[in-house]
Amino acid sequence: MPTLNLLQAVNDALRLEMRRDNRVVVMGEDVGKFGGVFRATAGLYEEFGPERVIDTPLAEGGIIGTAIGMALYGLKPVPEIQFSDFIYPAFDQIVSELAKMRYRSAGQYTAPVVIRTPFGGGIKGGLYHSQSPEALFIHQAGLRVVAPSNPYDAKGLLLAALRQNDPVIFFEPKRVYRAAKGEVPEGDYEVPLGEASVMREGDQLTVIAYGAMVHEASQAVEEAASQGIGCELIDLRTLWPLDIDTLVASVQKTGRAVIVHEAPRTCGLGGEIAALLQERCFVNLEAPIRRVTGWDTPFPYTLDEEYLPLAPRILQGIEDTARYVA
Amino acid sequence: MHSPELLLRMYRKMVLLRKFEERAGQAYGLKKIQGFCHLYIGQEAVAVGTHEALRPDDYMLTGYRDHAHPLARGADPGMLMAELFGKATGYSKGKGGSMHLFDIEHHFYGGYGIVGGQIPLAAGMAFASRYRNEDRVTVCFFGDAAANQGAFHETLNMAAKWKLPVIYVCENNRYGMGTDIRRVSAEPEIAKRAIGYNMRGESVDGMDVLKVFELVKECAIDCRKGRGPVLIEAHTYRFRGHSMSDAATYRSKEEVEEERKSDPIPKLRDEIVLRKIADDAKLDAIDAEVKKECEEAVAFAEASFEPGLEELQHDTWVAPGEADQRPRERVRGVKVEWPSYPSGDQLKVSWELEPKAGHLSVVKEGAKR
Ligand SMILES: Cc1ncc(C[n+]2csc(CCOP(=O)(O)OP(=O)(O)O)c2C)c(N)n1
Ligand SMILES: [Mg+2]
Repeated sequence: MPTLNLLQAVNDALRLEMRRDNRVVVMGEDVGKFGGVFRATAGLYEEFGPERVIDTPLAEGGIIGTAIGMALYGLKPVPEIQFSDFIYPAFDQIVSELAKMRYRSAGQYTAPVVIRTPFGGGIKGGLYHSQSPEALFIHQAGLRVVAPSNPYDAKGLLLAALRQNDPVIFFEPKRVYRAAKGEVPEGDYEVPLGEASVMREGDQLTVIAYGAMVHEASQAVEEAASQGIGCELIDLRTLWPLDIDTLVASVQKTGRAVIVHEAPRTCGLGGEIAALLQERCFVNLEAPIRRVTGWDTPFPYTLDEEYLPLAPRILQGIEDTARYVA
Repeated sequence: MHSPELLLRMYRKMVLLRKFEERAGQAYGLKKIQGFCHLYIGQEAVAVGTHEALRPDDYMLTGYRDHAHPLARGADPGMLMAELFGKATGYSKGKGGSMHLFDIEHHFYGGYGIVGGQIPLAAGMAFASRYRNEDRVTVCFFGDAAANQGAFHETLNMAAKWKLPVIYVCENNRYGMGTDIRRVSAEPEIAKRAIGYNMRGESVDGMDVLKVFELVKECAIDCRKGRGPVLIEAHTYRFRGHSMSDAATYRSKEEVEEERKSDPIPKLRDEIVLRKIADDAKLDAIDAEVKKECEEAVAFAEASFEPGLEELQHDTWVAPGEADQRPRERVRGVKVEWPSYPSGDQLKVSWELEPKAGHLSVVKEGAKR
């Protein structure tokens, strides 16, 4: 099996599906001739031509709106938003049109647009090249929200996303685009949407993470183990719909949970997960569910590492939660 | 004829912009500046020609390729460099970095990292000027690719309908990141788009600082008289990559070499020598002075500290009793002039946005002139 990084895995999935399915169309700013700002779409223009790998004007609202129309009439557009921070000009189209198409037409229409977009901090990008806006999309009923952490899942989830009929926001963790490497099967396979992955078993505490922070959580969990705290590490992979059963099963076993995300804490996905867990596992809980997250501030330039919930902060959260006595 | 002082001032400024950015590029190579850094090298005539045609209290905004504009306005090079370095002595204490510079003291209202984000804001600032009955002009720069953003079209309509005193300067350097603008624009001549909004459109050689100066000067007179907004397309070229990492696969080396021949700085220098305003020795002395100034800027940035952890939370909300932050007072300990505006009870609203019944708008406009 070849070893790929996360970008190459995304590229591989797009190429595979474009070869298989002529309805698939890639579009976005600089995605064609230039091969994409991160090179996720490199080589596709050469192989599939300008009709299927479309260099669009700089106009996010127009890109997503057009993609919705293409999807209504039987195509499978995969628009790229260069950084998820630039998605807001398209937010209206996503919230008002894309998310509601199936519901308001009572299932006559679907709009299977798969929006790919890099998210998260850690590249000193400052205010507008670092944010994690996933919660805004989870808040809109009708969107599936996906965030792989590694190349294997990235390819499998993207293929699964392209083969189902609802809109998907596919967040790619740019901090580990090249750093996350792993074996990726050459041919076809899918990682089903809506299934979390238990990366490591443990019975004292559950750590829940996604995207780039899975790697940080994994490091923290290793260190916790050396202190005798056995953590179960869960990578959500699909953020919504949430695989709540896997989380509940784990927390019923461990009684303690730490949720990690880069996005600001307030109204973040962590708050929702904590609410769902306390509804279902109230009697199992031995400590308050803790969130280790980004801060409730805009994203800073110099202090970007301090903004992120990196391994030391996660470890602190694990220790505090593990030691908590009511 | 342009005065010798003007030409020498423009020359010095263009050299300052150039050398400042050369130093920034070097610092980036040494990882002193991180993340993104978009150099303006090649486009200096646009910022300098425009700035010189304006009053110091006119408003200015631009995109993320924004080192040049505050420098042209007179911002402190050391504090700008410190912001690029992410230091606490930077204009925004290292919170913004290269793409998000602000210097309100010099009426520079920001570099904007979201392409096109500044375009509507400029109309709003021009609205405020009109509302307060000031004869101030707002100038808003943006790229050729930004002219395809929805906000551009929405705003031009409003600016023209409300006859706002705003000059939009599109710096057409032919590429939006790695894409030739002609590949993605149905009408690549951006000045023509003004027609659709019933406003004045102009195009100018953006590699010629005097031409830019003349045009902006004339447009600003119109704007101040209440004749409405102008869209200027300045044809220019960036000699460096889009950002610091740029594979440059989208244009040929030959093209870049060809364009370098119209470098605006030697062009003005030749003009100055030709008109016998200064000789090479004098101009070399200016170059050397500016070089020193830029070295000092780097040294200042280098010697400064990074912001402390407390800055992570600070400035999200106003702290109780906290006043406006005046960067040069904070960093240099000097007293600065700060813009001030009439309060609500002092302000009289005398501007008519809509013609009153019985008055023809033409008559009203004539009266204003
Ligand atoms: C809304 C938004 N979309 C995309 C980007 C990414 N991006 C940054 S600069 C750029 C190209 C802009 O080109 P242009 O407007 O011509 O300005 P130039 O860089 O040539 O000065 C792109 C696509 C962004 N920052 N914001
Ligand atoms: Mg451009």
